[in-house]
Amino acid sequence: MSRLEPARVRRPRLRLPHLRLRLRLPSVRLPRLRLPHLPRPGRLRRRGSDAAALGSARDRFGLRDLIAEAAYGVGARPGRLVLTIIGTVLGVGSLVVTVGLAQTAAGQIAHQFDAVAATQVVVEPATARTQGGSRAIGSIPWDVADRLERIAGVEAAGGIAAVDVAGAEITAVPVNDPSAAPLAAPKVLATTPGLLDAVRGTIVTGRYFDSGHDERADRVVVLGARAATRLGVNRVDRQPSIFIGERPYTVIGIIDGVARRTDLLDAVILPVGTARVDFALAGLDQAQATIAVGAGPVVADQAPLALDPNSPENIEVQVPPDASAVRTSVQADINAIFLALGAVALLVGGLGIANVTLLSVRERTGEIGLRRALGASKADIGRQFLVESVVIGLLGGLIGSATGVAAVILVSLAQGWTPILDTVVVLGAALLGGVIGLGAGTYPALKAAGVEPITALRGGA
Amino acid sequence: MSVVDLLGDPVPGDHTEEAGDIRVGGTVAPPVIELRALTRTFAGTPPVLAVRGADLRIAAGEYVSVIGPSGSGKSTLLHILGLLDRPTSGDYLFDGVPTGAASDADRAALRGGRIGFVFQAFHLLPHRTVLDNVLLATLYSGVPRPERRPRALAALDRVGLSHRLDFLPIVLSGGERQRVAIARAVISSPHVLLADEPTGNLDAATSGGVLDLFDELHRDGLTLVVITHDAGVSARAQRRIRIDDGTLTEVTR
Repeated sequence: MSRLEPARVRRPRLRLPHLRLRLRLPSVRLPRLRLPHLPRPGRLRRRGSDAAALGSARDRFGLRDLIAEAAYGVGARPGRLVLTIIGTVLGVGSLVVTVGLAQTAAGQIAHQFDAVAATQVVVEPATARTQGGSRAIGSIPWDVADRLERIAGVEAAGGIAAVDVAGAEITAVPVNDPSAAPLAAPKVLATTPGLLDAVRGTIVTGRYFDSGHDERADRVVVLGARAATRLGVNRVDRQPSIFIGERPYTVIGIIDGVARRTDLLDAVILPVGTARVDFALAGLDQAQATIAVGAGPVVADQAPLALDPNSPENIEVQVPPDASAVRTSVQADINAIFLALGAVALLVGGLGIANVTLLSVRERTGEIGLRRALGASKADIGRQFLVESVVIGLLGGLIGSATGVAAVILVSLAQGWTPILDTVVVLGAALLGGVIGLGAGTYPALKAAGVEPITALRGGA
Repeated sequence: MSVVDLLGDPVPGDHTEEAGDIRVGGTVAPPVIELRALTRTFAGTPPVLAVRGADLRIAAGEYVSVIGPSGSGKSTLLHILGLLDRPTSGDYLFDGVPTGAASDADRAALRGGRIGFVFQAFHLLPHRTVLDNVLLATLYSGVPRPERRPRALAALDRVGLSHRLDFLPIVLSGGERQRVAIARAVISSPHVLLADEPTGNLDAATSGGVLDLFDELHRDGLTLVVITHDAGVSARAQRRIRIDDGTLTEVTR
């Protein structure tokens, strides 16, 4: 026991240094990190003088020097610089304008479609041509609204049919006034309850009928706004009636603002069930539906099957064209021409840069020779001229890109469009200028690197 | 290596005597410039022997002039000394380092760090200020960035052009331009200053000023090689070498 006890005591002693070390480590590291900062000037000086003697060092023509020298080279002749970059500016600018206008135009088209056309579907029975004209060969089932609404992407659906009232007069008051000028009778239409939503109509007052009215064949009507005016009905709280022939119908609502089937505004609208009972309605003429954007192809495929599973070919569905198809076809038209023009302009711009850089290499042989004598290697000279032409290209790209964006905005303003332009296209076009500068500057840079210092110095500067 | 090591080592002595080297601080310094049977020919029919079998040693601190008529190979010799041209045969040792077969990058680094050039035509960049022209030499010679400006100011001060820092070379007189070129040549503290007809484009008075500056630089320990066809310029040098038809001969006074 007496031997064990000291051993137990030792253990914590052994551990303690570990703990201390761990605790100290961060505090030791910090000064270590700081140390290089303090003696740096001395070190640098030593390295520098060594390097000066050896002729190679960290500070020997570094990136900063390279860019500074290239900037002087680019800025030395502003007039020539402008002429040099015009080609690139035009090329990059026309590319940006092309893509920007195509995107903007496609955006406008999609915008118009989005409003109504892109989300409206019309279903009709197929027609066949016969001797007496065209005749519907299919039929739309009474429960068309339920069937369509089960299809993914359909938001609202309703059926509609014209009702033949067999010459019955439609009046607000059953008074026979022989002196009154005869008015054209308003149209009588029968719809399913969901049609109002399917044509995006609004209720001015009262309500639209529901499936209860429909099933019970209640004698209720909804008036289109213009029909209501003509019949002298403007409020429904007192349950006004209109007469179709001899039968009274209670007006329960007035509607307005429909986006499709604007004939509804001139019509007296009955529930389909009522029309079947009172006027022996034979079938529905048409179904209207609103769909989610982009659901057109799906609805076009599925609606005929849903409505007439045995002979889907007897149902015709009119869906909006695929918006992206419209966009791409429009883009393809515009892009093909203008992209070609832009590419030609870019090519000319690149040749311009190559030409001017080559000229400037020839003019500056004296400077090249001097730089070589001062210790520049071939690579230093080549890099300098390459960076100069890349900078010129980038400048052209930036200016062209900016001009292109301005042009797209101006055109959009003039046309009342919303300018749409991909940022990636704008930045990419600016960078493209740099790439062109790189390509155009390679040959002149190689030429510059190959200049013999002796002949260059002899030529004088 | 310490002084004690050198004291215990008797060998360096006889080597130094034989080679005519000078001793600096106890260690043997090789000559700054050493040509060994150096020949430079230019292809042609017949081939032109611009420098033939030249042997030359120039020790640190010497002021040497090379004089010869035009077409004698002066310029070729200067280009070879300045590492702008390579010898056809023989070798050129700069600071004891053979350069004949050195890579282009190494030769460029030596030019930048150890050789200063002064040209007859000055070769100043016309669109850059005096200060920028002098700073140009620091770009390639590895002068640390923080030292560049102070050094350039000191160099311009030394040639007496502190008041012309922001001037463009085109508005300077010939003598001033050449002094800018000299400031540019000495800023990276080269081991040797090579001057090619430094007074060729100057009148007598300004020539005198430039030559006085050379004398000062020489007094401060700079090695100078001045190539000229002008006997007056040549006479200022401590040692004179005549080049004639590619052959070097020492001129004794």
